[in-house]
Amino acid sequence: MANEKKEKNEREGAFIKIGPKLLELLNRLGEVELEDVEINAEELEIWLQPPTVLLPPKPATPTVSVETVAKKPQEILKAEFQPLIQTYAGKVAEVKIGAAKGEGGTRGRTLTIGGASSPAFYLFEQAPPHLPVVSADVFDTEVSLPKALRTHVQEVIGDPAAWAKLAVDEFEADAVTVHLVSTDPLLRNASPAVATKTIEEVLQAVDVPVIVGGCGDPKKDAAVFKRVSETTHGERVMLSSVTSDMADAGLLADVARSAKKHGHAVLAFTALDLNRAKELNRRLYEHLAKDSIVMDLTTAALGYGIEYSFSVHERARLAALMGDSELQHPTLSGSTNAWGAREAWLKMGPEWEPRELRGPIWETVTALTLLLAGVDIFMMMHPAAMHTMKQVIVNLTSSGRLKPEEIADWVSVRI
Amino acid sequence: MTEREIRKGIRELSPLDVYRFLPRIPPVCAECGERNCMAFAAKVVNREVNIEGCRPLLSEKYRKEYAELKVLLAPPVKEVTVGTGDGSVKIGGKLVMYRHEFTYHNLTPIAIDVTDEMPESQVLERVRAVEGFKYNYIGRMVNLDMIAVRSTSDDAVRFATTADTVAKATKLPLILCSLNPDTMEAALGLVYQRRPLIYAATKENWAQMAELALKYNCPLAVFAPNDLNLLRSLANTLTKYGLEELVLDPGTFTSEGLSDTINNFTTIRRNAFKGGDDLLGYPILGTPMTVWLEKDADREVLQWREAYVASMLMSRYADLLIMHSLEGWVLLPNVILRFNLYTDPRKPVSVEPGLKAIGNPNENSPVMFTTNYALTFFTVEADIKSGNVDCYLLVVDTEGLSVESSVAGRNLTAETVAEALKNTDVEARVKHRLLLIPGMAARLSGEIEEMSGWRVLVGPKDSSGIPAFLRDNWPPKKK
Repeated sequence: MANEKKEKNEREGAFIKIGPKLLELLNRLGEVELEDVEINAEELEIWLQPPTVLLPPKPATPTVSVETVAKKPQEILKAEFQPLIQTYAGKVAEVKIGAAKGEGGTRGRTLTIGGASSPAFYLFEQAPPHLPVVSADVFDTEVSLPKALRTHVQEVIGDPAAWAKLAVDEFEADAVTVHLVSTDPLLRNASPAVATKTIEEVLQAVDVPVIVGGCGDPKKDAAVFKRVSETTHGERVMLSSVTSDMADAGLLADVARSAKKHGHAVLAFTALDLNRAKELNRRLYEHLAKDSIVMDLTTAALGYGIEYSFSVHERARLAALMGDSELQHPTLSGSTNAWGAREAWLKMGPEWEPRELRGPIWETVTALTLLLAGVDIFMMMHPAAMHTMKQVIVNLTSSGRLKPEEIADWVSVRI
Repeated sequence: MTEREIRKGIRELSPLDVYRFLPRIPPVCAECGERNCMAFAAKVVNREVNIEGCRPLLSEKYRKEYAELKVLLAPPVKEVTVGTGDGSVKIGGKLVMYRHEFTYHNLTPIAIDVTDEMPESQVLERVRAVEGFKYNYIGRMVNLDMIAVRSTSDDAVRFATTADTVAKATKLPLILCSLNPDTMEAALGLVYQRRPLIYAATKENWAQMAELALKYNCPLAVFAPNDLNLLRSLANTLTKYGLEELVLDPGTFTSEGLSDTINNFTTIRRNAFKGGDDLLGYPILGTPMTVWLEKDADREVLQWREAYVASMLMSRYADLLIMHSLEGWVLLPNVILRFNLYTDPRKPVSVEPGLKAIGNPNENSPVMFTTNYALTFFTVEADIKSGNVDCYLLVVDTEGLSVESSVAGRNLTAETVAEALKNTDVEARVKHRLLLIPGMAARLSGEIEEMSGWRVLVGPKDSSGIPAFLRDNWPPKKK
């Protein structure tokens, strides 16, 4: 047990410390010394001088009357705790991503997300039927990344298959999201055929479920999604993402039908607006079953609007449980957006360094805040952030294993 | 379990509920400054004014009505004050369980610990570091709030000396931490006038701690690690003892016990709000610093864990936190998350689009654009102002999305930018036709030039670089 714990810490430590010369950086900061404090007798004499006069204690407060004093309890007056349990009319749909060999796909691992029938981690009511999962972001082409992120993927940038493999083997990703940035008409404008080839290479390289990320141009994404849907028939990829813009351009039906025909799921993206999320879902219901739709309600970074994301997710989940069927879908958070916050990467004063830790903790806190708001699947990037998420998710569902005496004496612990 | 009728939730409370208890002296007395009693009642319900603003209500004649209103309006989580005067902080006082229902009140103070075995120089150094912690976040200063003095020696004189040293060194509110009542009293005797939070009453020492809290008139924390029956029983006992200001600590377990911790915090808050459970209607204390009980881990690992556990407790109802790490990277995400969670949820996501003059621009000043997402706009505006740049800032309607999201989502296109330019009189205000665009929108530059007829200058990706960028690139060199 102790060994296991040690190993875990070492692993956590290894990820956190990845990055250039972190320890040296830390030492150079000259942070407050936290080692056990050794004090010799001489020092003691100086600073342990008792105060000359201890002030006389203040008399009992006049508000306490003699009568009250007489009634003071002599022993603990038992008042049993009973958790207030609520029941909910609604339940979140379960969505499967990835299909195994016997199911028409080739995945070694598949994921089922959603299915919640109480608010997130209200374990006193209901444990979640499926644990939230983490998908690693992979780009199909050179992208500009903050140094703290680039360090970990430097070797595989430009090689999405190798990147995906690294994310699964080393970063413990449950799935990978391949962002087909190169298909952007304003950038390289790569063809749907090229995009399809990339996805096929990734499917070959890893055996986890794959999320297919578009470039954001509704027309191009529709073309790419249709083509990828066909060639990955039966793999149950998730198309990320379908939008109201796509619907307005008259392209949504085609994409949704193609997803249905070839057995895939879709991610429905809207910007912090539950009415729009419902409307987009209604349009999708014309073609797709409820269990093929995941919602992306938008993830704003810590410090840059996370409160909007937090509340929109809490509201969505509570509404779903209360019975709003158009919101009864699992949700996805693009937690990598945390790196859009300047505090995640900007060089600031020495008191805020090292950036190698400030960046990934930014991503971690962004993701954890939304985990507690009910998000089911996370797109992430930094290995330390991903590792922590997975660790916390396990710790959040393993109740009853603590020993109260472990912290009973925290007040007097020497650090 | 329910010892009284469940109060109406803040959202169900209507101005009429308040109005019927008001004196309503005809004709309208308007002493409160409102048009009439109904207008005053509406503001009371919205927590914009205190009920005490109605002076007639405070007279002996309306004592009963006033008392009724106090009960009606009391927050389900009681407000507890630690410290006195300038050096005080209010904790708890929560009106809602979920932030989208109303606004969270009293942002979670963060206390940093010192111990009675640290050399005085180190104690003072830590106190100074806490006071010196400042970060300018979109034009607002964020800070740390309190000092927790822990007795690791269990030596009464030592503890008293350290508490006294800290009290003399800072006005920040204090938490005194020792489970030994004699040790506690030694320190209280010196610093009780500061009204510190006493930490803590336990199963063993509760009676003596209760006596101290009464004697010195200080708020008292109750510590029952992972035992909600005990926690509630102690709250019950201490209330009967005559104590009114309690703080609940169900224990913070940071690894295997994290689920129980989150569960305990959540269920305590749930019972207070949805079950009308007054005994659990007190502020909750989280202690992320229990990560430091683990001895065989690296410091960065424990700092890392302390950082994210603190953030989780903040999202899950902690009204007060005690931490050990003073590292900026550990504390910054937490003070910013706190700031974010405690904003008014009715605050709009977007600002009014249009042309804004920043500073005193003239006909040769730069013209740049950003989106109407509130945080993007305020960040850009703050950066431009801090660089003393005079310019025109065009706010493009992207339906409240940031530059990056709106480029990706096609809410920000060459068309919307060209249209935004056309809808203002910017062409009459400046002689040039040069538009500085956000680096995140670089890929739109060609199309913007085509659609608008303006020449594009691609600016930095982050607006913090605007002042430096303009120093190098403005006025533009003639081509």
